[in-house]
Amino acid sequence: MPNMNPKKTPIPEQEPNVRNKNFEEVSLGYTEAMAKEEAERCLHCKNQPCVSGCPVGVHIPDFIRHISEGDMEGAYQTIKLTNSLPAVCGRVCPQENQCEHNCVRGIKGEPVGIGRLERFAADWHIKNGKDEEFHAEHNGHKVAVIGAGPAGLTCAGDLAAKGYSVTVFEALHAAGGVLMYGIPQFRLPKEIVQKEIDALKQKGVEIKTDMVIGKVFSVDELFDMGYEAVFVGTGAGLPSFMNIPGESLVGVYSANEFLTRVNLMKAYKPEYDTPMIEPKRVAVVGGGNVAMDAARTSLRLGAEQVHIVYRRAEEQMPARREEVHHAKEEGVEFNLLCNPVAIHGDKDGKVESIECIRMELGEADASGRRKPVPVEGSNFKIPVDCVVMAIGNSPNPLIRTTTEGLEANQRGCIIVNEETMRTSREGVYAAGDAVSGAATVILAMGGGKDAARSIDRYIQSKQ
Amino acid sequence: MFSIIEKRKLNDSMTLMVVDAPYIAKKAKAGQFIILRVNEYGERIPLTIADYDREKGTVTIIYQIVGKTTILLDQLKVGDAILDFIGPLGKASELEGYHKAAVVGGGAGCAIAYPQAKALHQLGAKVDMIAGFRNKDIIILEDEMRAASDSLTVMTDDGSNGNQGFVTDALKKRIEEGADYDLVVAIGPLVMMRAVCNLTKEYGIKTIVSMNPIMIDGTGMCGGCRLTVGGKTKFACVDGPDFDGHEVDFDETIKRSRTYAEMEKKAAHDYKCHLMESVENA
Ligand SMILES: Cc1cc2nc3c(=O)[nH]c(=O)nc-3n(C[C@H](O)[C@H](O)[C@H](O)COP(=O)(O)OP(=O)(O)OC[C@H]3O[C@@H](n4cnc5c(N)ncnc54)[C@H](O)[C@@H]3O)c2cc1C
Ligand SMILES: Cc1cc2nc3c(=O)[nH]c(=O)nc-3n(C[C@H](O)[C@H](O)[C@H](O)COP(=O)(O)OP(=O)(O)OC[C@H]3O[C@@H](n4cnc5c(N)ncnc54)[C@H](O)[C@@H]3O)c2cc1C
Ligand code: SF4
Ligand code: SF4
Ligand code: FES
Ligand SMILES: [Mg+2]
Repeated sequence: MPNMNPKKTPIPEQEPNVRNKNFEEVSLGYTEAMAKEEAERCLHCKNQPCVSGCPVGVHIPDFIRHISEGDMEGAYQTIKLTNSLPAVCGRVCPQENQCEHNCVRGIKGEPVGIGRLERFAADWHIKNGKDEEFHAEHNGHKVAVIGAGPAGLTCAGDLAAKGYSVTVFEALHAAGGVLMYGIPQFRLPKEIVQKEIDALKQKGVEIKTDMVIGKVFSVDELFDMGYEAVFVGTGAGLPSFMNIPGESLVGVYSANEFLTRVNLMKAYKPEYDTPMIEPKRVAVVGGGNVAMDAARTSLRLGAEQVHIVYRRAEEQMPARREEVHHAKEEGVEFNLLCNPVAIHGDKDGKVESIECIRMELGEADASGRRKPVPVEGSNFKIPVDCVVMAIGNSPNPLIRTTTEGLEANQRGCIIVNEETMRTSREGVYAAGDAVSGAATVILAMGGGKDAARSIDRYIQSKQ
Repeated sequence: MFSIIEKRKLNDSMTLMVVDAPYIAKKAKAGQFIILRVNEYGERIPLTIADYDREKGTVTIIYQIVGKTTILLDQLKVGDAILDFIGPLGKASELEGYHKAAVVGGGAGCAIAYPQAKALHQLGAKVDMIAGFRNKDIIILEDEMRAASDSLTVMTDDGSNGNQGFVTDALKKRIEEGADYDLVVAIGPLVMMRAVCNLTKEYGIKTIVSMNPIMIDGTGMCGGCRLTVGGKTKFACVDGPDFDGHEVDFDETIKRSRTYAEMEKKAAHDYKCHLMESVENA
């Protein structure tokens, strides 16, 4: 008999008032008993609606069955068949819009905690499993991957498994992309990301860090060096600002800078040299995951008051529900239907306050979302010493401006054939945020997979 | 890892280093920079490519020892390696098509200014180089600067080299004497570049400055290096580091450059104490 409890088996978490002062992971993960209990909630539906909600088609009921049977390694291997980063996805996938959204248990109660179970299986493997040394036989072909984010790493892993010799070129000093520099430690421990990267290296993928492609080599030069195909997975790392007065004041950050200083450069640890201000009152502008991460990071840096300033209503926030909930629990204040109009500073050029105007929801726009419109004369100031702009990122222009014939759309996203991921240049493929604009880890991975398949076909067809 | 091939002390606070970095050497151009990280715990700091040798595969940097990271860097010896060395970053300087230029360097800025003088000279411009230092003991690269230009004027704040005054005094004198520059290049501390720009604006002489805001990635990802040029936001690491000096909002940049001043001071102080202790205990 399945477990008919309408609610998910609760997952242990650090107390809100404890965790908002440390960088340890918020969620502690299921024990084996809890995982089995949750696994029992799966009805093993014949038509597997959950699977069609997963962008990489994880065999969900199969892996869950392994967990309920106590075969944790089997569960992990099942996930691994289609998902190369289970420990990451189990933590950061927007499951509520994907696999869990389609789960039949969600009709009358809460869906099966697919993400939590995926995370459990992956963590079990990290702790108890063994990665077999597996080297595919080398097929004599070389492929270059630009960018070591989830798109590039997935593409590289799949090609290496097929016998290609793959070199990943990464601009930063560490691989991982947003997983390393953007998503905070308390949501995705960097040790876990590093383990996944090490596993790829074991498979024979070569990762060259400190390589800014477009500067040190161009895409064309990569072909000259003997790479037969090039995959572009350079993400959407260019931060947007609002272009309001005061954005250059001391204490105003893009979310990228704020999070990079803390995550990649580890400014919160005294033994690391990168400096970081210690803000007391922070306003984070935006309503996505990035904004939630910046707000919760501010608390952990010691801020006493942290405000989210978002111009629409809560239902319209693109952030994962779970993260909004976590942020509230930890004490982040939400200023909804508010839009910044200026940032004010003192005589030394340091931020003193952010001036906002209240908004109300007007007519629905083309996307169906009701458009916020400013309420005349409703301006007010929030006293702050730090402002973080988390209003979006777009693709960095470096690759497209240094690669002749590589077409991009008006937003700077590289244009590809959506099935093959091929760009306008022969032999050049692209996926992830560089193509879609800022999206999700799992979509970037799915795109990287598709591209690997096409690259294989392309190179084999040239024989 | 990037090995140190050569290391030469220029004065008490400035060092020249030749680093093995063949890929960067192959692509480097005057005006570009690298970002380095000394060790696993280190911050990322930008330094200008002072010179390069494509054949030998080396890149030369010249740094002033001002704080913890440059102290750490200066502790490395020939044969040691720098953990990360990334480049070439930024746009190359655009120095073509000028007839007569003044290249003005302030202190450590001379290290970056003299390759510009060299490049202008090679492109056929007549080049006057004006260099300023606090006193004569810290004058660096005098021979190199002389070789790279048609004339060299070295000023000292305290007059200890017999030529007292600021670089702006020397520049103004030359302009008044009818030097007829179609370009001024100013590289040095922000306040010096601002002073040069204020002067050349009066005479309507185009002035290029090399901006040095605080950077992390150097690829346009963080926006920390942003500055206002002609009323627009620019990222110095990708849109610069060279900008039209008459358009730059120096006051804002000066304030931003002090963002971490207190922490930087403390980090350098603590590290110096730590070094003293290890010497005493040795
Ligand atoms: C703070 C934050 C929180 C997020 N939270 C979530 C979440 O909870 N769930 C979720 O699913 N998604 C989340 N996302 C989105 C997700 O991280 C991205 O969609 C995903 O990382 C995109 O993967 P990618 O491989 O396309 O690019 P990226 O992860 O951006 O990786 C691109 C890599 O390419 C490198 N690169 C760029 N240019 C060059 C070049 N010229 N040469 C060499 N290397 C280059 C970059 O340095 C980077 O390492 C979040 C994003 C941010 C910023
Ligand atoms: C494009 C560019 C080229 C440069 N070229 C040279 C050069 O050729 N030779 C040279 O001596 N210096 C150069 N600098 C300045 C050099 O980067 C700083 O002196 C160095 O970062 C100081 O580090 P520190 O830890 O030793 O000193 P700190 O005490 O930490 O800092 C001293 C001052 O240096 C500046 N600074 C600190 N951190 C950074 C950073 N991450 N990025 C930029 N500036 C910072 C700040 O104004 C700070 O107040 C350049 C800067 C830029 C942006
Ligand atoms: S990868 Fe993401 S969407 Fe797919 S099953 Fe796992 S958590 Fe769900
Ligand atoms: S839809 Fe839900 S209950 Fe059905 S198989 Fe998938 S996870 Fe199990
Ligand atoms: S240093 Fe980060 S954008 Fe310029
Ligand atoms: Mg420093």
